[in-house]
Amino acid sequence: MKQTRDLEELKRLAGVVRTHIVKMVGVGQKGHIGGSCSAADLVTALYFAKMRIDPLNPQWPDRDRFLLSKGHSGLVQYACLAELGFFPKTELARIKTLGAVLQGHPEVHRVPGVEATTGSLGQGISIACGMAAGLKLDGRSSRVYCILGDGELGEGQVWEAAHAASFYKLDNLVAILDSNGLMTNGPITQRYNTTPHDEKFRAFGWHVMEVNGHDMAAILEVLDAADGFPGKPKLILARTVKSKGISFAENRPEFHNGIMNADQFAQALRELEHQAVPA
Amino acid sequence: MTKTIQNPREVYGRTLVELGEANPNIVVLEADLGKSTMTCYFEQKFPKRFFEMGIGEANMTSFAGGLSLTGKVPFTNSFAVFAAGRAYDQIRMGICISSLNVKIVGSSAGLSDYGDGASHQTFDDVAIMRVLPHMTVLVPADANEVRKMAAYLAGSQGPAYLRISRNDMEDVTAPDTPFEIGKPVVLREGSDFAIFAMGAMVAKALEAAERLNREGISARVVNVSTLKPVDEAALLALGQGMKGLVTAEEHSLIGGLGSLLAFVFRGSGIPMDCIGITDEFGQSAQSYEELLHAYGLTAKHIAEAVLALSRVGHP
Repeated sequence: MKQTRDLEELKRLAGVVRTHIVKMVGVGQKGHIGGSCSAADLVTALYFAKMRIDPLNPQWPDRDRFLLSKGHSGLVQYACLAELGFFPKTELARIKTLGAVLQGHPEVHRVPGVEATTGSLGQGISIACGMAAGLKLDGRSSRVYCILGDGELGEGQVWEAAHAASFYKLDNLVAILDSNGLMTNGPITQRYNTTPHDEKFRAFGWHVMEVNGHDMAAILEVLDAADGFPGKPKLILARTVKSKGISFAENRPEFHNGIMNADQFAQALRELEHQAVPA
Repeated sequence: MTKTIQNPREVYGRTLVELGEANPNIVVLEADLGKSTMTCYFEQKFPKRFFEMGIGEANMTSFAGGLSLTGKVPFTNSFAVFAAGRAYDQIRMGICISSLNVKIVGSSAGLSDYGDGASHQTFDDVAIMRVLPHMTVLVPADANEVRKMAAYLAGSQGPAYLRISRNDMEDVTAPDTPFEIGKPVVLREGSDFAIFAMGAMVAKALEAAERLNREGISARVVNVSTLKPVDEAALLALGQGMKGLVTAEEHSLIGGLGSLLAFVFRGSGIPMDCIGITDEFGQSAQSYEELLHAYGLTAKHIAEAVLALSRVGHP
């Protein structure tokens, strides 16, 4: 699979990625459908269009790095990596089985293409900062992209990292906030309000941009724009919909780590097959 | 023979500079305690490879993980209570699960920060670092071992914890003998009892053996400075045939050297006692020695434990 800038192809690929997500969750087993699908267009754009990567050489020193600080959405990363050929697609069906390469949360050195072990929230963004600092020390032009969840912003460590990123002028770091507005048990604004996220990151010295996280053209545009603004880390605040693309699950907190019955599973696959997900 | 006294923090700080000169990939992270941990020397020499991370040990630790993933060899530094305790989950998930090459240095460990009280005194650090898979745990008995262990860590792969005392330590090992990971070292031969000690208690154990010698009891003193990985066979060999074993540590009896040796010798039938800190927190005192005495961590306590074992079966 080659990278592309063709919008229609990228939208099709995002559908393929969501289909992999649904199949990995399967019937009657819990799976992080919600956050994986809300980030699907963003992660597809990064892997298939934006990032400098080589699936045949996952350790290429000058590659861009992708970190999933919200590690519970590993499904979306696994789908992209498999589709790009980092590992055989057959691994997707073995996810979370005993001895599998693909664990419930991503692990570096276990999964080709995974850059850091995540799952305990708040740590991935700090690891991304350290990586960005290391790449700068070596004079490499690689960028580090890190997906944060909005619920994750309750972790104090995120803000420790936010301090460090601006203090060390990590302008090779782009954090993308998957702002789907829902934490496990309900809306962030009701359960534990950490907003306003844009003003907070600005106050921490970041350059903040916003985007509709399901509009592929706008996503590419904002990712390209994030190449600029020297001297500052960048935050892309992406407005997203939890479980985007699966009608019965959209915006429903119970599908954060939800279970589909056989009918729902079939419906999800039908929906993803027969219609492009609208922005 | 005159005793040589060195400060382990000072030696650590100087050693980091030497290691940094030899290996440009070594980077040092600090959480605002550089003049205590003595990473200030590295900062002066290599400002671009020194990261002041502010008072944020969690971020410092994960940040170090990120640096290691770009090929750097990071040493994180703080007081042991923060380096190991506050950043425990960062060490566990971000570093140990994937065996990242991060060296965690816990300074002012044990009771050595005698004035600061329970919040700063650390005697659970070895327990919580030892329980982590992939982790190496080193407790130097003197400043010579600090130097050798730091050098070893700079050249090794994988996560490691190095425990450093705040206070001066008497040399109990030679400056030029090689450090061998995992190997317990006999510092004094003896035939009746074996005392296994770690860290600052090694010097106390040697003193205890001298006292016991005056009472006609021959005690072997073993420096166990690698708490993980453990060479069980080597430890067993050093205790085998003894009338009794005593462990001595400036650490909780839960999860430290005593726990380790009790596990290793579980089937041996050899009588055993453990000197360490019982299930309680620390407190402030006017001096380190005063505090060690209050918590029963002296040569006298070790010698008495051996004597008590010698009376077993001979009332």
